[in-house]
Amino acid sequence: MFKKSFLIISIVMIMILSAFVTGCVDKQNAGDAAAKTLIYGRGADSISLDPAQVTDGESLKVTRQIFDTLVQYKEHNTEVIPALAEKWEQSEDGKTWTFYLRKGVKFHDGTDFNADAVVYNFNRWMDPKHPEHKGGEFPYYAYMFGGYLGDDGHVIKAVTAVDAHTVKFELNFTSGPFLNNLAMPPFAIASPTAVKADPVEFNQNPVGTGAFKIAENGWKKNDAITLIKNDNFWQKGFPLMDKLIYKSIPDNAARFTALQAGDIDMMDGMNPDDSKTVKQNDALALHIRPGMNIAYLAFNTEKKPFDNPKVRQALNMAVNKQGIINSFYANMAEPAINPMPNVLWGYNDSVIDYEYNIEKAKQLLAEAGHPNGFEVEFYAMQDPRPYMPNGKKVAEYMQQDFAKIGVKTKIVSYDWQTYKDRVGKGEHQMALFGWIGDNGDPDNFLYVLLDKDNTRTPDAGNISFYRSEPLHSILIEAQRSTDQSARSALYEKAQDIIKKDAPWIPLVHATVPEAARSDVKGWRPHPTGSEPLYNVSISK
Amino acid sequence: MGNAIFSKGVVGLYAYIIRRMLMLIPVLIGMSIITFSIVHAIPGDPTKVILGDKATPEQVALVKENLGLDKPWYTQYFQYMKGVLTGDLGTSLITKRPISEEIRPFLAATFELSMVAMLFAFIFGINLGVLSAWRHNSWLDYGTMIIALIGVSIPVFWLGLMELWFFAQYLDLLPSYGRVDPRLGFVGITNFYLLDSILYGDVTYLKDVIMHLILPAIALGTIPMAIIARMTRSSMLEVMHSDYIRTARAKGLSEFWVIYKHTLKNAFMPILTVVGLQMGLLLGGAVLTETIFSWPGVGSYIYNAIHARDYPVIQSGILVLATIFVCINLLVDLLYGWIDPRIQYEKE
Repeated sequence: MFKKSFLIISIVMIMILSAFVTGCVDKQNAGDAAAKTLIYGRGADSISLDPAQVTDGESLKVTRQIFDTLVQYKEHNTEVIPALAEKWEQSEDGKTWTFYLRKGVKFHDGTDFNADAVVYNFNRWMDPKHPEHKGGEFPYYAYMFGGYLGDDGHVIKAVTAVDAHTVKFELNFTSGPFLNNLAMPPFAIASPTAVKADPVEFNQNPVGTGAFKIAENGWKKNDAITLIKNDNFWQKGFPLMDKLIYKSIPDNAARFTALQAGDIDMMDGMNPDDSKTVKQNDALALHIRPGMNIAYLAFNTEKKPFDNPKVRQALNMAVNKQGIINSFYANMAEPAINPMPNVLWGYNDSVIDYEYNIEKAKQLLAEAGHPNGFEVEFYAMQDPRPYMPNGKKVAEYMQQDFAKIGVKTKIVSYDWQTYKDRVGKGEHQMALFGWIGDNGDPDNFLYVLLDKDNTRTPDAGNISFYRSEPLHSILIEAQRSTDQSARSALYEKAQDIIKKDAPWIPLVHATVPEAARSDVKGWRPHPTGSEPLYNVSISK
Repeated sequence: MGNAIFSKGVVGLYAYIIRRMLMLIPVLIGMSIITFSIVHAIPGDPTKVILGDKATPEQVALVKENLGLDKPWYTQYFQYMKGVLTGDLGTSLITKRPISEEIRPFLAATFELSMVAMLFAFIFGINLGVLSAWRHNSWLDYGTMIIALIGVSIPVFWLGLMELWFFAQYLDLLPSYGRVDPRLGFVGITNFYLLDSILYGDVTYLKDVIMHLILPAIALGTIPMAIIARMTRSSMLEVMHSDYIRTARAKGLSEFWVIYKHTLKNAFMPILTVVGLQMGLLLGGAVLTETIFSWPGVGSYIYNAIHARDYPVIQSGILVLATIFVCINLLVDLLYGWIDPRIQYEKE
């Protein structure tokens, strides 16, 4: 008898508990079976859909579909091609850029895309006093354009509308990476009308010019983001899908199972080992994302014994990069020779890597005054990173080779946040680390990671604390130059200097295996980590 | 049934409830202090998530000031508690949205999953336990107890992945993730999808929601099921040897009636304790299941917040879970009196 009552009570309880969250919504019409839907599975949800406010890949992946930038990257590399701007020109002194905008483009809310919209967006990002400089910190703007309006290093002096479809950028000084920066997804043009309506809530209801727009109630947190086709997209005939759903599936194995079961159409963040399964399965296709990244071992050149370049060179000779790639990357990586990958222009092909040779390494170490080796702490990250699937295991692998030349290492590991903090403060003697490029400009690797300007703690980008004056003057010259071939030559020279001084052991450039159902056509993973999906379709 | 609670002990009951509620306050304050000190003791801070890896120290300082993170921890704590006492759970540092609003769908998702998992654990656990006690020391008993032993020891993530592999991938019978097929464009009303699909009166939705619940509910419910089965067995065994059971049998009552009415009812008290405790644990312990089945529940909400060092969300999320946990315990204690009228809440 009491069992029956118990059941009744339980049901009543559920109903009472449900009642307090009850709202009232009409049945949505979104469940259209005929709609061509593409489901993209990924590891985590977006943080915000206002591209100017975010730095994480999961947010930018989605905003890339909703918004467009003035210029964009080519399909395979980081060369810049037209997008919302059809063409552009640069003045003699390199300080003025004029962009000619595409005509007839409309935002999702029906308002016009024009020069005023571009000016509005840049002013909102750069000017802390702007009424809509709200909803976040505009971190990428400050990072790529040297702070905000009024700051010493700020690149942009003013952005003005010459006429309805022409925009002029005046710079405080010439900036080599300027055009590459403009192609980055955070600098996408948003509808001024929508931003003005509510600059904070804009990140939930983004309005751009992109191929897809966000569906009503389209964002279920930690679950899925639903985008629907923009019928007025400026590239006629696109997008090819009616609906694009970004589904968060945190566990890599579970996500891969969902792909195999056909519950999702494409995914990123695959365990490298699963690429074998993909190759064997006709229903699946492997897509390789070229790596705009580097994994490296940084020596803290401020601390003994790594203040001695010979010691650093010796350790460079004691690392078997191909072995690491075979063992931990399932062959999905290339050995790194320079501190930047070869998908970037300015890459120096003539640099020769230190040869993997234990005997020579020993000899060099003896010359440096350490015939019996030494003991050091070896920092390795615990969490997998896009460029380093298993830091501790890689460190253990290297540990054995170092032991052969008498260098005894003690591996020290922390969770990622802690790890970054400690390394940024320079607590390590040597540490595994890595970098994912932002704008496809060599400056974004060499200056950020190895210039003396970036040795400021607690958030040093140059965790070798390597301070080379000759390198510094080359990097600054390249930064201020606007002639691409001159810049290219300067960066090649920089790579020579770095190789000789050996502040790092450049390890690998990880290429990222991604997978899709084989009926998904047109997907080309871009080295920057996010690509437009307007030309992706499912052939059934 | 003549209930002591509602007849002679009404005043005692209220006093008891009030006393228990008051005891809740120091428990929750203590817990909030512990959570607060733990989350602030771990290095790293939310500015890294907001600004990315590449922020300058000036930017970091500015953001810390804006978020109030530059103040000493005790100031931050008192400010937070002041908000909580006025019913304000705070605002997420990352999404900048009120937590009391943000947490609702997650709470509903976890609650729905836990209820279904508990239902599964309850029905299977009790019956397996009964079966086992009824045929004590037979192969049936051993078989059932082996199942229970495996159930207790099996790691949830492994069970979940195996379920996925077998039912979602190999047999392709059940969906592999989430609460509902995103292609359906289902929009929740109450965020309890089972209820929503009934309110919509749409069989497609209902079927889809149920299909999505099966695997995670089994994964989550297996451990409690095994624990309930063991507890039911041992409790039943104790009762089965008592005189009144022998009398009942002698009276010629059917075996079913003897087992389910007389024995189970009298063996139910310790089982209920276990069920109550497990219910609380399910609510808080669903993180692994939620991760594997991409279930957007409160576990995943807090888990993400920990990664982002979103202090107010961690804080409030745990506070809400703890409150529910304590309330369920209270509810279970009250149920004792309802099931066993001999129990009184008066304190003499």
